[in-house]
Amino acid sequence: MSASNIQLPDAEELLLTLAQKLEPLLQANTALVGIQSGGVWLMQRLLQLLASPIAAHAIDHGTLDVSFYRDDYAQRGLKPENRPSQIAFTVTDKHIILIDDVFYTGRTTRAAMNELFDYGRPASISLVALINRGGRELPIAPQIVGAELTLNASQNLQLIQHADGRLALTLQLHDQPDLSTAINTA
Amino acid sequence: MNNPQLDSDGRLRHLLSIEGLPKKILYQILDTAESFVGIAEREVKKVPLLRGKTVCNLFFENSTRTRTTFEIAAKRLSADVISLNVSSSSQSKGETILDTIDNLIAMHADMFVVRHAQSGAAHFIAKHVPEHIHVINAGDGRHSHPTQGLLDVFTIRKYKPDLHNLRVAIVGDVLHSRVARSEIHALTTMGVPEVRVIAPKTLLPAQVEKLGVHVFHDMKAGLKDVDVVMMLRLQNERMSGAMLPSAQEYFKTYGLTEEKLAYAKADAIVLHPGPMNRGVEIDSSVADGKQSVILPQVTYGIAVRMAVMAILAGGQIAGSQP
Amino acid sequence: MKIQIKNGRVIDPKNNIDQQLDVYIAAGKIVGLGTCPADFTANQSLDASGLIVCPGLVDLSARLREPGDEYKASLVSELQAAVAGGITSLACQPDTDPVLDEPGLVEMLKHKAKQLQLAHVYPLGALTRQLHGKVLSEMGELREAGCVGFSQANIAISDTQVLWRAMEYAATFGYTLFLHAEEPFLAKDGVAHDGEVASRLGLKGIPSAAEVIALASILRIAEETGAKLHISRLSTAEGVAMIRNAKLKGLNISCDVSANNLHLTEHDLAYFDANCHLKPPLRTQRDQDALRAGLKDGTIDAICSDHTPVQDDAKLAPFAEAEVGATGLELLLALSLKWAEQEKLDLRQALKHVTQASAQILGIAAGDLSINSDADICIFDAATYWQVSPGALKSQGKNSPFTGLELAGKVKTTLVRGVVVYQS
Repeated sequence: MSASNIQLPDAEELLLTLAQKLEPLLQANTALVGIQSGGVWLMQRLLQLLASPIAAHAIDHGTLDVSFYRDDYAQRGLKPENRPSQIAFTVTDKHIILIDDVFYTGRTTRAAMNELFDYGRPASISLVALINRGGRELPIAPQIVGAELTLNASQNLQLIQHADGRLALTLQLHDQPDLSTAINTA
Repeated sequence: MNNPQLDSDGRLRHLLSIEGLPKKILYQILDTAESFVGIAEREVKKVPLLRGKTVCNLFFENSTRTRTTFEIAAKRLSADVISLNVSSSSQSKGETILDTIDNLIAMHADMFVVRHAQSGAAHFIAKHVPEHIHVINAGDGRHSHPTQGLLDVFTIRKYKPDLHNLRVAIVGDVLHSRVARSEIHALTTMGVPEVRVIAPKTLLPAQVEKLGVHVFHDMKAGLKDVDVVMMLRLQNERMSGAMLPSAQEYFKTYGLTEEKLAYAKADAIVLHPGPMNRGVEIDSSVADGKQSVILPQVTYGIAVRMAVMAILAGGQIAGSQP
Repeated sequence: MKIQIKNGRVIDPKNNIDQQLDVYIAAGKIVGLGTCPADFTANQSLDASGLIVCPGLVDLSARLREPGDEYKASLVSELQAAVAGGITSLACQPDTDPVLDEPGLVEMLKHKAKQLQLAHVYPLGALTRQLHGKVLSEMGELREAGCVGFSQANIAISDTQVLWRAMEYAATFGYTLFLHAEEPFLAKDGVAHDGEVASRLGLKGIPSAAEVIALASILRIAEETGAKLHISRLSTAEGVAMIRNAKLKGLNISCDVSANNLHLTEHDLAYFDANCHLKPPLRTQRDQDALRAGLKDGTIDAICSDHTPVQDDAKLAPFAEAEVGATGLELLLALSLKWAEQEKLDLRQALKHVTQASAQILGIAAGDLSINSDADICIFDAATYWQVSPGALKSQGKNSPFTGLELAGKVKTTLVRGVVVYQS
């Protein structure tokens, strides 16, 4: 049961917007890195939507699981499921485009950046987010956003993937069961 | 009786033995270890999880290999590491185990990795440390070597993913082996349907079948249709202890040669906790052969130990991610 | 001092008494039961309403740690513990430092104990010099000095020839031998029962066979030499069967079981509880069942405390390195009562095994409330529960595998020779 009367945008439509905005950034020496799990789903779709320019510029891609770089490990421990990060290309001197589903406090992005720097020294890092929900707690912001929303702390916005692969946004109050497969506190 | 390894919410507080750990926790450790395997291939082979924490390797019994892998594991988690080889220091001056521990706690050690010649030593230490300190058993007497059991199962799973369909044989001095006990508990808990031990009667503990194993005294029968062969180290003292006549006779009957390995399945894998006594329990041609996964065991050992430390050191307050 | 114990339920197994009676004491002796003797006016009156009045308990095996091991416990503390547990006579083991193999040491011990005027101490002398199992001790001299029998404590004689000679010599004079059956080579370095639990915990085991094999030798030699034999602290089912057969054959033997083996098994070791590091080891449920049945059918004559106090630090070590033993004087009564209650036996049965039977084995005039016997009396409340805890124990040995347990049977008053030596 949705706790608010906020009209959630359609994730599939936003994806197209995102792809459009992203295309100019796809140049030589660029790599896409999706943040588990929502960011990885988005990246997989974008790889299809932008297959041409990606092939043309030989753009690499990889995934990051930021579990080992989160700043709340001392309070909350590790998640039981951790997917290994997979960065098969050289990070040094690359322009990295980080892809995440919901940009919130900025802590996930900080963790992702810290992890990337353990792989090498990127030439630059840009952040692409499907939704910027406001409420950042660090001086970090996405360069490319699908849509902006204003939500409060009790509202939990998540990207989910249906069985047929379609993506959708959901909103829950914090004390309700979690629909996504990964706990998301971006 | 409360399981001393788990806290009141059922989460891992110490790793003292595989026995008594729910399957869920074994899976948690193994799955977390998967994520740590790739770190060695990165430029910076570290993650910051244990930054600022001090891990103390407290080895009352000498071991360069195990101590080194724990050191590497702790350092890859960005922890500070102290290694105390107690046999050479204050222990010999009569300082009790508890005094040694108290001194180290006063120096802000957060985690102890303990190896001791007496069974139950890790349990003993765990009983006496304050709540925020975690103890990992790196081997206590003949009782348990849980990280070895875990890394062995992790290794097996890499080569034989379906544990529910395996026959595993453990060969050698089960009586004196903490590795064997941990392996048996890990395999049976994870649902391996048939675990065998192959050894002369003098090297089997009383009522060993109660641990859930099938007992064999003959390699040919014992290795038939086996998918995984786990060799145990034979210690020299056993020869002098009137348990076995000689190393040669042992090798002849129980040593793993290519000929004996052929009794097992053609794609069987061979494990050994190390260090190996070549020509006593295992032939060089097998140890270095294509069925041997002994070197991968070492690599996986670091990832598994990192996983254990990472799970123990993480926050355990109510409401944390289950 | 004339004392009248009023309104108590008197239970005296030897004289077959179990009824509400008053007890009359004068000049340290029991002078009347039920009927007030002529010219008796009590100076002191003890009200035992709702309580049991029984003979002071007789314990077959206690370590008092003097001489030599005073850092573990002292005569004073342990004899105070004894009377706090309702025990008024006890036999102590010779494995002191120095070993009780010299009459002078025995006399000194007896003298010191007598001065304290607490429980009576009956020393068991060392069977061999220094307990080394090589040379016979001067049993005659030791007997004269006050030893009621001879023992090797927990140290077996490995040379069968020496064992034979020792038993033969003792048989010549009718001395009682108190022997614990354990084959030393099979038991060497063992710390737990050799079975499922020890295998899982990785502890070196002492197989049941160690007791059975040693017992077979001892019984055979006893048969051939005619020695008067008491088997101390039986622990195996087979051992019980062997004693049963030996008794049927007419051998002059008796035996006891420790209160620990009566109530605990190998499973109580749990996660390496050092308080369960005991000799004999705690064995299987099957063994415990046989011991309990053996006690019930008379194969086993007595229950002993096997009191072995150790310093607190001594148990603070990994299991095998922890010192062997459990404190027991203050638990003997409650544990005996518990056994009887579980087996649905009456109090007379329970108390027989810690009074009459033990006294008979030691050959002492104690353990009953006969007229003109010493007024060694225990008054206890069978219904009150108390918790076993370090604070509750008078013994310096706080090491008990029963710590935390609630037991029924609290001693209220203990008298030795008609003097109140303990009052709770």
